[in-house]
Amino acid sequence: MAPLLSVQNLRVSFPTHRGRVEVVKGISFTLGRERLGIVGESGSGKSMTGRAILKLIRKPGLVTADRLEFDGVDIRSQSEKQMRAIRGARISMVMQDPKFSLNPVMTVGEQIAEALVTHEKLPRRAVNERILAMLEAVRIDDPQRVAGLYPHEVSGGMGQRVMIAMMLIPEPELLIADEPTSALDVSVQAQVLDIIDDLVTSKGMGLILISHDLNLVSRYCDRILVMNAGTVVEECAAGELDKAQHPYTRGLLAAMPVIDESRDELPVLDRTQWAGT
Amino acid sequence: MSAISLSNLDISYGDTKVVHGVNLDIAEGESFALVGESGSGKSTILRAIAGLAPDWTGEIAVLGKTRSHGIERDVARQVQMVFQDPYGSLHPRKTIDAVLSEPLDINGIGNRGERVEAMLGAVGLDQRFRFRFPHQLSGGQRQRVAIARALMLEPKVLLLDEPTSALDVSVQAEILNLLKRLRREQGLTYLLVTHNLPVVSFLCDRLAVMRQGRIVEVADVELLKTERLVEPYSRELLAATEGRVLADTPS
Repeated sequence: MAPLLSVQNLRVSFPTHRGRVEVVKGISFTLGRERLGIVGESGSGKSMTGRAILKLIRKPGLVTADRLEFDGVDIRSQSEKQMRAIRGARISMVMQDPKFSLNPVMTVGEQIAEALVTHEKLPRRAVNERILAMLEAVRIDDPQRVAGLYPHEVSGGMGQRVMIAMMLIPEPELLIADEPTSALDVSVQAQVLDIIDDLVTSKGMGLILISHDLNLVSRYCDRILVMNAGTVVEECAAGELDKAQHPYTRGLLAAMPVIDESRDELPVLDRTQWAGT
Repeated sequence: MSAISLSNLDISYGDTKVVHGVNLDIAEGESFALVGESGSGKSTILRAIAGLAPDWTGEIAVLGKTRSHGIERDVARQVQMVFQDPYGSLHPRKTIDAVLSEPLDINGIGNRGERVEAMLGAVGLDQRFRFRFPHQLSGGQRQRVAIARALMLEPKVLLLDEPTSALDVSVQAEILNLLKRLRREQGLTYLLVTHNLPVVSFLCDRLAVMRQGRIVEVADVELLKTERLVEPYSRELLAATEGRVLADTPS
């Protein structure tokens, strides 16, 4: 089966006073209908990779790739208009913070409806039914009431579930989730990820989960790419994270405190070690 | 003597009561954690102790002295707070030097230059950062500045409100090491608010689990490490942290 997404030698760069700075330095991967995790620290280029796939990087940012194909469509040669037909409908993205990603002057229901009717012409009654069903799918009790609320009237966890509902209602084939839970509590985090996981598996979608949390990614993905300073330093199956080889991955794992912590001091990454890579 | 003791503390914001009847006693030199989900009132307790949430009833005593509802300079000199977001808690148009000198200025303490220099050293920041602005620093460096500012008045108690949740894991490790070392060196008392249980294991001696404005369980950190917390809600939190569903909880 042909992969859903194939990326080869993807580079993203931005101009600065001192010349172009590459934030993604030639990464390659393919994705089937599976769950791929991209892990890395701030500035590792993981979010830029996600955005580049959706062609969301604006000038003066520059994206080049030897190959950037989604289901046979060459993303590089798509016009803005053609991209609009892909974004949302076929590939969608859940952003980090529901507070900044929802429109404050539209009700939750209206926003979800907008996501749907942009891609599909449906009678109003059908739209309403789909919205309520979707809100139920993301485990919101009393969807009728929530659909009429404004974003400031819902909690962070609920806001993020609304975002997920909005992103999944056009039934895309690939979902890119960029730190979908880092603005949320631990207890809500698990719920939100379980919802994403359920929907992704039951609809047979592809998922790219971008996060800085190695453990979390290893729990919800099949495969993991570890990124550092714009390159992929390690690729491994999620179950084999503890067998990771690269010193950066090992450093990240060791730097995290654990529940039965007995170390007196946490090992700290020596950043100079990778400065050249 | 206890560093902080709270008895029958109720805290409200306007008409909404958010903390109900909290009793806590934190010994001097102890590192104590408040854990729970957002909205459980844990940050509000810190704010009340610091004097930022004045609408409370009950009793708050700091180092044996009960505090009033107003601003108290004595309390401020002994109890300082470090906030969650290092991007929001430093004045964008003040240099690091100005940020660190301000508490000294307010309290009429001299010898400012030397104290600022010494404090930068203590939190592991190079002297070249002294005359920079916050936007020229990384998140971890800013959080070091925020900790330095809290320590400028040589307080006995630090109130830490999610001090590492905005940071990367490797930077979090640096800040946690720093907090641990400072506590050892200066004999500080910590009251830490977090929802990250492994951080509690690393940094604290005891913890209190909060839910909906009430403390549901106070336990020794050993019980957390060996996963022997008693209350169902505490066990739920623990399970969420480890990403598993408890076998014996009906859901």
